[in-house]
Amino acid sequence: MTSTHARNTKVMNRFELTQRLVAGLKDEAVIGGIGNTNFDLWAAGHRPQNFYMLGSMGLAFPIALGVALAQPNRRVFALEGDGSLLMQLGCISTIATLAPKNLTMVVMDNGIYQITGAQPTPAAGHADLVAIALASGIANSSWAADEDDFERLIEQSKQASGPTLIGVRIDDKPGTGTTRRDPVQIRERFMNGMGVRQLL
Amino acid sequence: MAAAEQASSKDKGQSATSWHGIVLQTLKRNEIKLVPYVPDRVLTTLIKDLHADPYFNTFPTAREEEAVGIVSGAWMAGMRGAVLMQTSGFATLANVLASLAVPYQIPLIMFVSERGTLGEFNYGQALVCRTMRPVLDSLAMEHHTITRLDELEFIADRSIKQAVTTQAPVALILSPLLTGGKTFDK
Repeated sequence: MTSTHARNTKVMNRFELTQRLVAGLKDEAVIGGIGNTNFDLWAAGHRPQNFYMLGSMGLAFPIALGVALAQPNRRVFALEGDGSLLMQLGCISTIATLAPKNLTMVVMDNGIYQITGAQPTPAAGHADLVAIALASGIANSSWAADEDDFERLIEQSKQASGPTLIGVRIDDKPGTGTTRRDPVQIRERFMNGMGVRQLL
Repeated sequence: MAAAEQASSKDKGQSATSWHGIVLQTLKRNEIKLVPYVPDRVLTTLIKDLHADPYFNTFPTAREEEAVGIVSGAWMAGMRGAVLMQTSGFATLANVLASLAVPYQIPLIMFVSERGTLGEFNYGQALVCRTMRPVLDSLAMEHHTITRLDELEFIADRSIKQAVTTQAPVALILSPLLTGGKTFDK
């Protein structure tokens, strides 16, 4: 059970956390959710194993699940915003049932739709997304207390016997960069990063 | 109950003479292993047979767009998939088709059990059915309505191959003329 309430956790910064994640990566896949989440992933340094979403809000975890099922020997990270996850909460139940141990989900929770004008989400201040994940059957679900705890939870997820969900409270800053919006190039390079095909 | 449906329940759907047996074998022949779905009464035997066959990784999702996300991710990582749904489920997909499958050129393969026509008893289903083909046409997406058992394998097999080679999504609409559909007494 989660004994740490969201409000006891440090408010961190999305770009800084994304940089910390990317710095420790080798050939792991990373799926970046719509908007600021993938802007910061792009800004942290492009790698062919990154997939950047340009729409379909809420599908970062399902897309990551598909990658994890197709390549069970590769670690897959999914970065998603709280507003996005609220659109597709049912996917957590699907992931809990299939239980891929190579999937690590990160929820960037600032309680707002930052990119549309910082309006509060319907869950802000009330719903606890980590508790929802726990209740959905993701036993390895926890809030990161601070940056070091985030890195510890990321490392821990690599040894987990099931999927992991990590909640991080973040500030209201916008994304740092802007992903180049070329969907075919993003997909081709990602498939190359996944070892599925060679670039032309 | 349609003749094809009756034939299938006897031979567990594996027969090449039932519509769902043909769909299953066509999926297998095209190396489509991953089959997430949101269920439909008409798809019951197909779903049961997919679960019974260890070749397939098949499971329910909470929403159709979730299933589209899953097979899209899987395809980019080297595993082929297809999504099963009914008409009203397709109606939830315009956003993911327009922002993921079409622009990223992903060969999304969808089997849609058609409700809302040829004996529909629910007005809401009849109305939502009318949105399906205009949405597909508005995105210039390939789609076929399969009405005849003798054309099913040709259409499904060729359409899957075309989707993969042209990297374009396709919707295969399973008409009540093929499946028997869902009627008021069921």
